[in-house]
Amino acid sequence: MGASQTRTEHKYQDLADKTGFSLEQIENLHKRFQQLSNNEETINREHLDSIPSLANNPIRKQIIEAFFDKRNQHQDEVGSCEEIGFEQFLMVMSHFRPPSLKTTEEEKEAMRKEKLRFLFNMHDTDNDGTITLVEYRKVVEELLSKSGDIGQEAAKAIADAAMLEVASTNVPHMDPDDFYEGITFEHFEQILKGLEMETRMYIRFLDVETPTLRCGKSTS
Amino acid sequence: MPSRTGSHSPAGTGKSLPERGLLLLMVLVLLEGSVLPLGAASSPDISHQKNVDNHKVEHEKNYTKKAFPVLDLDYHHIQTPFEISLWVLLASVMKLGFHMIPRLPGIVPESCLLITVGLLVGGLIKLAGEKVPPVLDSQLFFLCLLPPIILDAGYFLPIRPFMENLGTILMFAVVGTLWNAFFIGGLLYAVCQIQPANPSELHQLEILPCLLFGSIISAVDPVAVLAVFEEIHINELLHILVFGESLLNDAVTVVLYHLFEEYSAAGTVTVLDGFLGIISFLVVSLGGILVGAIYGILTAFTSRFTSHTRVIEPLFVFVYSYMAYLSAEMFHLSGIMALIACGAVMRPYVEANISHKSHTTIKYFLKMWSSVSETLIFIFLGVATVDGPHHWNWTFVTVTVILCLVSRVIGVVGLTCVINKFRIVKLTTKDQFIVAYGGMRGAIAFSLGFLLKKEQFPMREMFLTAIITVIFFTVFVQGMTIKPLVELLAVKKKQEAKRSINEEIHTQFLDHLLTGIEDICGHYGHHHWKDKLNRFNKKYVKKCLIAGERSKEPQLIAFYHKMEMKQAIDLVESGGGVNLPSAVPSTVSMQNIQPKKPPPAKPVEKALPKMTKGREEEIRQILRSNLQKTRQRLRSYNRHTLVADPYEDGFSELLIKKQKMIELEKKIQHMNNYLTVPAAPPDSPTMCRARLASDPQAYSSKPAADRVPTIQVDLASPQSPDSVNLMDEFRRADQQEEDQGLMMKPPSGQSGPNRPREEDRGREQQKMTRCLSDPGPSADEEEEDEPFLP
Repeated sequence: MGASQTRTEHKYQDLADKTGFSLEQIENLHKRFQQLSNNEETINREHLDSIPSLANNPIRKQIIEAFFDKRNQHQDEVGSCEEIGFEQFLMVMSHFRPPSLKTTEEEKEAMRKEKLRFLFNMHDTDNDGTITLVEYRKVVEELLSKSGDIGQEAAKAIADAAMLEVASTNVPHMDPDDFYEGITFEHFEQILKGLEMETRMYIRFLDVETPTLRCGKSTS
Repeated sequence: MPSRTGSHSPAGTGKSLPERGLLLLMVLVLLEGSVLPLGAASSPDISHQKNVDNHKVEHEKNYTKKAFPVLDLDYHHIQTPFEISLWVLLASVMKLGFHMIPRLPGIVPESCLLITVGLLVGGLIKLAGEKVPPVLDSQLFFLCLLPPIILDAGYFLPIRPFMENLGTILMFAVVGTLWNAFFIGGLLYAVCQIQPANPSELHQLEILPCLLFGSIISAVDPVAVLAVFEEIHINELLHILVFGESLLNDAVTVVLYHLFEEYSAAGTVTVLDGFLGIISFLVVSLGGILVGAIYGILTAFTSRFTSHTRVIEPLFVFVYSYMAYLSAEMFHLSGIMALIACGAVMRPYVEANISHKSHTTIKYFLKMWSSVSETLIFIFLGVATVDGPHHWNWTFVTVTVILCLVSRVIGVVGLTCVINKFRIVKLTTKDQFIVAYGGMRGAIAFSLGFLLKKEQFPMREMFLTAIITVIFFTVFVQGMTIKPLVELLAVKKKQEAKRSINEEIHTQFLDHLLTGIEDICGHYGHHHWKDKLNRFNKKYVKKCLIAGERSKEPQLIAFYHKMEMKQAIDLVESGGGVNLPSAVPSTVSMQNIQPKKPPPAKPVEKALPKMTKGREEEIRQILRSNLQKTRQRLRSYNRHTLVADPYEDGFSELLIKKQKMIELEKKIQHMNNYLTVPAAPPDSPTMCRARLASDPQAYSSKPAADRVPTIQVDLASPQSPDSVNLMDEFRRADQQEEDQGLMMKPPSGQSGPNRPREEDRGREQQKMTRCLSDPGPSADEEEEDEPFLP
């Protein structure tokens, strides 16, 4: 028992160092992973699709896609995979860790950049480094997708207005013939400066016990 | 009459501002002082009535003795309303006066100045030898002066930060106040007992009155906090923490006050009483919130039907809220919490239902009333200080002041240690200091003390003196020094930036994202429940409480429309000039972000028939100048400047109109891209006629029509029926509006807004054959004159 125990802990220790989670949190997430994947080694899109409570979410597709996006794995790869293992699952989850009392200013800055990068990747679907008008329109349309026809018409106008705002804030003087290609990562950071991502984009990975974990397949 | 001269007091331009301000002050103070004794000195009504009767009787006996009274002085008739109006006038003119004095408002907070004025006025009244009206007694204060301030706070409460920090606020409000009350009360009792050598009057003070005193003095006062924090513009988090605490501690104060008041006669409080007290606390707070929420829903429901009687919309908001307060007070529940709940619950629904003007009315009435109330409260505090029966006791008063400070600091620090374990954004030492320092006491404490009966509490005067001293200390010392301290400690200030559409989009996006991640984790947290509440709200509640189409409107769209409306109004107010009122002045416009397609140079040239250079130049000149005018108008009258008034009620029409404007604007951009000759966009019928009438050139160029490029309009094309439809709608819409700004006719028959936009490539062919400088001709032939170029 001793040998296998230390081996498991070492395995998780590695992950803990890489992702910053505590061992207990990794344990709980591993249990959830097992639930989602039906005790297999990897999960694919169907597994995540079948979570019932996710059905009401307007940006469901983007969220699921983000799990399979290689850019979120911090390994300079691009493209998307068909299935992911527990480590990749954890890597994606690590974007949602909250800052603790001990994080320094530089660490907070790095955290903010990382979270903004995650959001940016979610919007920039063709991975060209900019969010074009078409992509942004898609984002707003998806957001309003549960609101029927009113949503679709207004989505374009809203996306255009938002794009205009980004352009005016970042490149104040453009000639009438210039063309604003798209939102780069720097511009994206600039416009979302006021939101303080590192304090907003987090989930409390508290000590979640198995009884409270709703299995994705059950009726919930 | 003294009042007339008072109100016509000259605003002499020759005098400097401070002098003018002081003069105003003195005039009104004297005015107050002179009128009130006049009123008080007159004989009471009953005898007056008798005199009148006597006079009448005399009249009848001696019929022709007295001349008919042409001018008569009858002060009693109007006494009460007159005095009330005078007080209100005094308060308002004081406010004016302070802001005229240079530099003073920056150093001294308004509340201090107002208390000083109150002291002066009270002094004058006392000098005149008259009785000061008991202005801070329960009736006037709790029923008339306090509700407007609380309603203003509750209606405009920023819900999101309040909810996010609710746990912290409740901790401070409930646990903090309890701690303060018991600490102060207990230690005060101990101090009172420690002088065995010379038994002073303090020895008679029992424990229960001490605890009662402690509970009165421990509550942070919303009026004082508001008055000071409004001026220092501190960051949102701290503001909401202190302010939220001051609102929510009302329930605790009410319960403790009643508990100790009831039982100080009996002399003991048993465990059962304590237990009942806790239950009472829950009832008081939750009951108050429930009452408020019910009235809030009633208001929202009523406002659903007010589309035909817009004028009385604000009335519903005010009356229902006031009734919520009164109903809660009737059951001895927490009226403040009822008001807050009412305002916060009704706001999103009412705002979706009422007109823009009503919204402005509500906002300004609330601000006005709360401002006047606040001013009056501080003045009355000053007056009551001068008047009130005082009993100064050095020990008691100084110990009270010191204990208040000490207990506040210990309470805040202790609680923060506990709270920080559960918060993500921790409270730093600087934050704690501001929270502790911002714990001001105010008029509520005084009024509660005033309410005590002399028979039950022989030490009432001492209490009042101590309360007033603490109030003066917090308002003057803490109020004056908090601003420099905020500067010194470099505490984060309020962000002045307006909320942008990008932030709104991403806030919503984040909400959904985090809910999704929580679902994937299987962890039913904060976001999950918020999402469930939102969906419940959207599905059931909004349908009941919001009229018409607005009920289905998602939040993002509502925000966007609000923003557009604001921009439109700003534009109209700034004179409709060429400059767009954008936050960052920039030259970026819609065309910069639209994806450009390279104009296919060759095919276009082929389609253009030859013509003489000179003619071509001429035509180009005319076209360009017209286009310039149009583009100018485009830049200043973009789709944000629909005229303010007519669309107040026609919300969906606004939507459709906007859509069309957007489509047509895009059309123009595309036109620019495709043509080598810039096209003159077609004008409205009136414009057409005007131009034709004044410009003979147009007619003269007609014969050469076949030479002019881009004329062919394909009548039989499948697109034209749509252009007719769009034209008709525009004509109809046009008749309702005064100034259209720019009337654009769809040249290539863009279909109605509901049809999806076609692929641009496909239409290129059609665009070349069709005249882009012309409107759809089929529409024209019926009624309108030919446009500029046939």
